[in-house]
Amino acid sequence: MKPFVTHTGILAPLDRANVDTDAIIPKQFLKSIKKTGFGPHLFDEWRYLDHGEPGMDLTQRKKNPDFVLNQDRYEKATILIARENFGCGSSREHAPWAIEDFGFRVILATSFADIFFSNCFKNGLLPIVLPAETIDHLFDLTYSNKGYAITVDLENQSIILPSKEKISFQVDTFRKHCLINGLDDIGLTMQHSESIKAFEKTYYQKNSWLL
Amino acid sequence: MQPKTLYEKLFESHIVREDAGTYLIYIDRHLVHEVTSPQAFEGLRINHRPVWRNKSVLAVPDHNVPTTDRSLGISDPISKIQVETLDENCKHFGLTQFPMNDNRQGIVHVIGPEQGSTLPGMTIVCGDSHTSTHGAFGALAMGIGTSEVEHVLATQCLILKKFKTMEVRVEGKLNKGITAKDIALALIGKIGTAGGTGYAIEFTGESIRTLSMESRMTICNMAIEAGARAGMVAVDEVTISYIENRPFSPKGEAFEKAKVYWKTLHSDKDAKFDKTITLNGNEILPQVTWGTSPEMVVGIDGMTPDPRKEDDLSKRKSIEDALAYMGLEPNLPVNQISVDKIFIGSCTNSRIEDLREAANVLKGKKIAKNIKLALVVPGSGLVKLQAEKEGLDKIFIDAGFEWREPGCSMCLAMNADRLESGERCASTSNRNFEGRQGQGGRTHLVSPSMAAAASVHGHFVDIRALS
Repeated sequence: MKPFVTHTGILAPLDRANVDTDAIIPKQFLKSIKKTGFGPHLFDEWRYLDHGEPGMDLTQRKKNPDFVLNQDRYEKATILIARENFGCGSSREHAPWAIEDFGFRVILATSFADIFFSNCFKNGLLPIVLPAETIDHLFDLTYSNKGYAITVDLENQSIILPSKEKISFQVDTFRKHCLINGLDDIGLTMQHSESIKAFEKTYYQKNSWLL
Repeated sequence: MQPKTLYEKLFESHIVREDAGTYLIYIDRHLVHEVTSPQAFEGLRINHRPVWRNKSVLAVPDHNVPTTDRSLGISDPISKIQVETLDENCKHFGLTQFPMNDNRQGIVHVIGPEQGSTLPGMTIVCGDSHTSTHGAFGALAMGIGTSEVEHVLATQCLILKKFKTMEVRVEGKLNKGITAKDIALALIGKIGTAGGTGYAIEFTGESIRTLSMESRMTICNMAIEAGARAGMVAVDEVTISYIENRPFSPKGEAFEKAKVYWKTLHSDKDAKFDKTITLNGNEILPQVTWGTSPEMVVGIDGMTPDPRKEDDLSKRKSIEDALAYMGLEPNLPVNQISVDKIFIGSCTNSRIEDLREAANVLKGKKIAKNIKLALVVPGSGLVKLQAEKEGLDKIFIDAGFEWREPGCSMCLAMNADRLESGERCASTSNRNFEGRQGQGGRTHLVSPSMAAAASVHGHFVDIRALS
């Protein structure tokens, strides 16, 4: 996993509540057996005016000029800002894969759906929960300043605005540790394989019908 | 001893280790399907890791499979590769799979319980958010992402934090024609799709206790639509008699021993929940969603909302966007909404009881002229066989429905079953998101009997007025 320490980038405003994983990456793209290549189809039904299918020549497709990520001023954005319950719906990890592959490293929202939130951390993508008034403020700043960029410092759990104003955020200690060091969960858990074996021994003695 | 909730009992009995509030939790059952597993198996291969406990896995292809004649195979080459990849992975890693042409094949959340593979007291995971379904058996069941699928395959464990606990108490008796689906939608209408975020929900109360296992599965299935990763119901005699004599369930002495433990799987009297929500069962009406989120729902006597009456600007915009996408006017009574297609199926409502409920409405009737397509997609090959034994297939076919092979089908439209842009569907599935059933498609979530009634009348009707 790509480590995440600090990141500075332009904000893109996705001003909607309940952005679901079907919108993030529509089902027809889940047929891939790979982890990569989902970025071009991120928000496919919102970004394009035609119906997208895997393997299409993207240069021939008609983009929706009204959709925020198609606007020139957000072309280089790497931080997505949204409203409440971002990532609701299915457990598809293709959603964070698509967001990361598109070029985003951070998502700021009022709240996230549980499974999506957990999936982000496994893919070097940092989801940050902020109070509604802070999110409103950041939306305003993004709309009124072209190329509005902020710095996210995970180590110090701080967002630094161009005005030097700092916004602190919460992050779980274990997830922060894994993200900063780019650690693979499986490798960490494997270090406890003796504990797992010991657990199994007692557990199956007690619950012998599960054997 | 301090009284405990069911969730606490299930969680605590599976702790391998704890480190500052981060737990390593042992997983008993791992259900696997073709869409969210290939990258996990690839990860195992790259790192030369075996599957920790092959016996814990039950795999089945369901999302991509065709629901029409299967003797021809899968025509979509990309879907075909994904299903074949699951076949190969199961063979390579030595895992039990019910392949596409096995009569036990079906939707992963239907076949687990049907096979007795889902048992009380278990921790159950699957790379699918509707894994919450299995909580109906007094199990801790939740959806996980592909990285976690790989983690469980490799280590038999999951890294978890404790959820908060929510009791959803449904008091009183349900009125005739009111189903588990209506309870679930009424709850989501009340607390919203993020109302359960961070919580494990336990459904309690008289209305829940009187439900069959199929209905309890429907409710737990929809817990994720309320934002809760896990939903559960305490074990009782209904649970135990459902499990007895299933292919994978314990037999004889083992069953008797298990039963003693299973009967302890309920929240203790005086156990404290972080939150309690109460619904009055006899006030719940047949529910119909009007928008693009399951929380956008009203009773059958209700109307689409008027965004001008909403003061919160963000909510007003959500209502306007949803009405525009759904092609509906504000203040429109939902019983005036006509539909083009009917879908009876999905992990929410494709079990035998659901099919009986719909068939009961359709007996001797025909679908309305404006219905372009009406599909019944049984949840598994065995549900299909049982329905055929009872003659339900004939009722559906005589009414004008198509009787299909089992799978996820038009719930998420990964196979050929889908809505065309602008088409409106009465669907027994779980999500009415934009494009969920096909790009530009418009989904209204309802119970099986409400979907059947809409097929006969061509628009939504109050099921209570029909009987």
